Amino acid sequence: MAEIPSELRYTDSHEWVKLEGEIATVGITEHAQGLLGDMVFVELPELGNVHAGTESGVVESVKAASDIYAPLNGTIVEVNEALNDAPETVNTDPYGEGWLYKMKVENPDEVTSLMDADAYSEKVEEDTD
Amino acid sequence: MTKRTALHPQHLAANAKMVDFFGWEMPLHYGSQIEEHHAVRQDAGMFDVSHMTIVDVEGSEAKAYLQHLLANNVDKLKLPGKALYSCMLNDEGGVIDDLIAYYFDDTHYRLVVNSATRDKDVPWIEKQAKGFDVAIHERDQYAMLAVQGPNARDKVHQVLDQNWLDLLTALKPFQAFCAGETIVARTGYTGEQGYEIMGEAAFVQQLWQDLLAKDVAPCGLGARDTLRLEAGMNLYGNDMDETTSPLESNLTWTIAFEPVERNFIGRNVLEKEKAAGIKNKLVGLVLEGKGVLRSHQKVVVEGVGEGEVTSGTFSPSLKLSIALARLPMDSQEQCCVEIRNKLIPARIVDPCFVRQGKSMIEKEK
Repeated sequence: MAEIPSELRYTDSHEWVKLEGEIATVGITEHAQGLLGDMVFVELPELGNVHAGTESGVVESVKAASDIYAPLNGTIVEVNEALNDAPETVNTDPYGEGWLYKMKVENPDEVTSLMDADAYSEKVEEDTD
Repeated sequence: MTKRTALHPQHLAANAKMVDFFGWEMPLHYGSQIEEHHAVRQDAGMFDVSHMTIVDVEGSEAKAYLQHLLANNVDKLKLPGKALYSCMLNDEGGVIDDLIAYYFDDTHYRLVVNSATRDKDVPWIEKQAKGFDVAIHERDQYAMLAVQGPNARDKVHQVLDQNWLDLLTALKPFQAFCAGETIVARTGYTGEQGYEIMGEAAFVQQLWQDLLAKDVAPCGLGARDTLRLEAGMNLYGNDMDETTSPLESNLTWTIAFEPVERNFIGRNVLEKEKAAGIKNKLVGLVLEGKGVLRSHQKVVVEGVGEGEVTSGTFSPSLKLSIALARLPMDSQEQCCVEIRNKLIPARIVDPCFVRQGKSMIEKEK
C-alpha cells in the first residue's frame, strides 16, 4: 500500500496539496508515481493564473505522458526547477523533493473541497480492485 | 481469462507488476524498468518470452512451402540450427507478421511468431499449406527464455550441461544448438550478446532459478521495448503491419528477390512498388528539444512533407528521446515533431541507436 500522508489533501487525478497559509504546494501521490513508473521528463507549468481542473504541466515516464491538473484556483508562483535535471525525484520522494509547483490560492477554504487522506485511500483501493 | 506462462510463479516471486499483454498475463517490470534496461546493457538480464507462438512445419515439401510463404529465402539455411529472420506477407505485400525460422533439416523447420498476432498467423500458415505435403503443428508445451547482455552467454554457460560448453562457445549469431527438446539460439531483441532458449517447462523453470542465483536480472516487457528500440529493431503492429510495405519499414534487407523464379507471396506487389519508386522510409529520430517521442506523433520535414512516429521512447542508455518514424523518402538530416501542439526539432539518423552497450549516434554529431 502506497504512503498517503494524513496532513495532505488529494484530487481525483492523484495530485496532493499541502496548504501553508495561502501557499499551496502541489505534487503527485506515491500511488500515481507507482502507476506511471520511472519518470524521465517533467514539463513544469508557466507562472501565472490557473483555474482548478486546468492542465498545469506534464509528467512523463518511460511508459506514458500524464497531465497535471491544478487542484485549486490561484496563481502559480514557483516551479521546482530541480526536476528539469532530476525527474526521477518524483519517483523517489513524491511528497518531499519531488514537489512540482507552488501556488498562491485565491481562497484557502477551497482546500476542504478536496479529499482528505481517508477518502483518497478509499479511492485508491477502489481503483486497484 | 488471461493465459499464464510456465514462469508465472517465478514472476510473482520476483515481485513483478503483471499486465494483460494480448491475452497473456506478463511481467511489465519488477520494480524499475530503467534498472532492468541497464542490467541488460551492462551485465545480464532475462525475459520470459514463452508467450510467443511456436509452429513446427514438417513434411517432404516443407522447404518449398516456406519458400512460398516467407519473403526471405529459407534456402539460405544449410546448417541444422541455423535461424533466419523473415516477414510473412499478404497478397497485397503488407506484413502479416515478422518471425524467426529455424532449420532442422529440409523436411523440418520451426517458426517463432508473435503472440499478439497468433490468431491470424496460424490460420494463414495453415491456409497456405494447401497443396503442399506439409503438416503444421503448434508447440505450446515449450517455454522460452531470452538471456541478454554482455555477460549473458558466460552466465548461461555456467548453469547449462558442461558437455555442451564447446558447442555453445563456438555458436555464431543466428545459429542454434539443439539437444533433445532444448534449443539454445544466439538470437535476441536487445542489440546485446545472448541467447534465446526454448525447452520443456520444467527445464526452463530450473534455468530461471539457476540464472537468478548468478544475478541475472529478471526483465519485463517495459525494458524489452526500450532495449529493442535503442537497437533499432522493429515492433510488429507499431513499425509495420498489414497496411505497410516492408520496403517502407527498413526491412528491404529481409526480402530475398533472388532467385527471380522464387514466387513468394507478395512478390509481384513489391516488384511493382520498386519499379514505381518507393515513397517512404523508416528512419531513426533523436529529439533535440525537451520532451518524449511517442508513436503517432506528427513529423514535419520542411520543404518535403509530413510523416509519423511509429515507436518512440526515452532512451535510458542515451538519456534522451529516440524514435522510429516513417518519413517521405527525400527527408534528410532535420525535422520537427509535434508534441502537445509545439514543434520540437529532431535529427534524422540511421535507425540503430545503441549496439553492444555503445552509442551509435555520437559519430554523426
